[in-house]
Amino acid sequence: MSAQVTSGAASLSPAGGGGSAALRRFGLAVGPVLAALALAGLLLAALGVNPFEYYGYVLQRGLFSPSGIQQTLTRMAPLLCIAAGLIVAFRAGIWNLGVDGQFLLGAVTAAAAAPFLVTLMPVWLAWLVTFVLAMLVAMAWSLAPALLKAYQGVNEIITTLMMTFLGTSLANVLVKLVFLDPGTTVPQTRTLPVEDRLPRLFDTTISGGLVLGLIAIVAVHIMMTRTDFGLKLRVVGANPNAAIHAGLPVPWLTVVVFALSAGLAGLAGAVDIIGVQGNVRADWNPAYGLTVIPMVFLARFNGFAAIIYVLLLSVLSIGGESAARRLGVPNHFTLVLVATVLIVLAIAEYIDHRYQQARRA
Amino acid sequence: MTGLFSEVFLGALLFGAITASVPLLLAGLGEQMSEKAGVLNIGIEGMMIFGAYTGFVAAYYSESLWLGFLAGAVGGMVVAAIMALLCVRLGLNQIVIGIGLTLGFEGLTALLHHFQFSRTYPRLPAAQATVIPLLSDIPVLGPALFRHHLLVYLAVLAVLVMGYIYRRTQFGLNLQAAGDKPAALDVAGVDVVRTRSIAVFTTGALAGLGGAYLANVGAGIFVPFITNGAGFLGVVLAMLARGRPSWVLFGALVFGLCLSLTTAMQVAGINMPTDVIQMIPFLAVMGMLLAFGRKSSLPAALGIPYERGAR
Repeated sequence: MSAQVTSGAASLSPAGGGGSAALRRFGLAVGPVLAALALAGLLLAALGVNPFEYYGYVLQRGLFSPSGIQQTLTRMAPLLCIAAGLIVAFRAGIWNLGVDGQFLLGAVTAAAAAPFLVTLMPVWLAWLVTFVLAMLVAMAWSLAPALLKAYQGVNEIITTLMMTFLGTSLANVLVKLVFLDPGTTVPQTRTLPVEDRLPRLFDTTISGGLVLGLIAIVAVHIMMTRTDFGLKLRVVGANPNAAIHAGLPVPWLTVVVFALSAGLAGLAGAVDIIGVQGNVRADWNPAYGLTVIPMVFLARFNGFAAIIYVLLLSVLSIGGESAARRLGVPNHFTLVLVATVLIVLAIAEYIDHRYQQARRA
Repeated sequence: MTGLFSEVFLGALLFGAITASVPLLLAGLGEQMSEKAGVLNIGIEGMMIFGAYTGFVAAYYSESLWLGFLAGAVGGMVVAAIMALLCVRLGLNQIVIGIGLTLGFEGLTALLHHFQFSRTYPRLPAAQATVIPLLSDIPVLGPALFRHHLLVYLAVLAVLVMGYIYRRTQFGLNLQAAGDKPAALDVAGVDVVRTRSIAVFTTGALAGLGGAYLANVGAGIFVPFITNGAGFLGVVLAMLARGRPSWVLFGALVFGLCLSLTTAMQVAGINMPTDVIQMIPFLAVMGMLLAFGRKSSLPAALGIPYERGAR
């Protein structure tokens, strides 16, 4: 099997049939999460924190309390957009590790454009223009790595990492020098008035961005699995040489994938700004990208599974932030938990793969 | 203020540049060995931060910097052991595990630091410099270049050692083969998994050492997320260096100079966001890639786990 290039979490073999396979998949998805919760719980216990109390509190604050679940669902909006962008890239075999830079530049663009645009045009049109602008800026930011990858074969991991460092700095420069709000002493952009932000859903505090995020990830999933364009991208991802022999314009597709992926990351930035933050403060960098990447792997690049995992990540972060204030456990614990889940899952998949091989042999 | 180009300013700038570049140099050299052997080591950031933490804790309690460095190297190797087991022996996806290790150890060290030191933030005493006789008396350059901790000179020496290993030893050839055509190395009777594991462990030791230097000498204190992307910079340096240790040294110095310039300008009271300076090296590298971008000369089997008998 030569598709080992993207092995590990990416290549769960669809072998086996019927209900037992579905059960196996379910076990593979849930088992590692439980095992990781137990492992990380041991760490908590070693640090003198009651893990049951901690997990209970996180669940209660992040999922079962009315304000918590609303915060959690609001947090999901940008994360879903980022996940959608990552799925496009990873399925096409392109390691876009620069989503944080693309996200921040999209956010700064949105923060600069939205307060200005809402004074010129109807609010809905201002949102739309802002989204488009943020996506375009993020796409432009991905152009250099895209061209280098497509036409020079320069490894995109290194270039997107560099562009993320650059983008983080550039976002700060823009906030501090160009789009500075003259009205405050804090270095930040002008603030979008609360009444001009994305509407809240029904009678809750959930940002309307959630709908956008869900649309983005479902659209990406359908595009990748149900359209011939998605099939082309998957062929490029599975075997670029075969794609060239099949007559696919691989360099052009590479550039398109970068643009889609970065555009969705930029959209995530705009959704977060117009929906929740209202402005960008200097040195603001939530670094969503690095934590969403594991979720996308856990979901095996499946859009619907990614929704579940992003929900899990949001519950953990919102609950973790509350627990940091109440129980004195810093929310860095969430990072440990996410990493443990990822590593345990990779091992579980390896064991499963070996087991399947042995059974077939 | 005596102006930008006073001796004091230049001296401090150069001294800071060397201090800032040592962790990058060690990380870059380590990553280079991994990549030569065909292992893309994104987890190096995790190795550095864990080395920084173990190094700081050991130096703090033992009051010995060298024990701190030793502990830092061991800390880095602990993370490397996980990487070697999962990615080299079991052949799991190197990018997935790498990101997992980076996130996990960033979180773990922040957590441990919180429970141990968050009320006190202890500081280590300033490191003792090894003054090189004669050379250190050169005006401006002398104090800036030749009055550093002994580890700095050892790090530069490591560049030569690496160059020697890659060019003159059988092990260097094995590394190259493990990265370019692992199956051929296997046929020649050399254990690919063992060769790659040694490379990953060396990476861990060097990255951990770099992290320990960063915390113990560079900053004198451990704070969460102190490495702040230095490991990723090491990945960038290693890929740009195309297998040459001397290029890693050069790149590390350039990045170190820019990092030092940001602090120096703040001290000199120049009112410009430091982010502007931090962008310069990346802009230069991206510009060079766009202008002269050739097919990258990365090992053919980089990132591909080796499985005997697999086609």
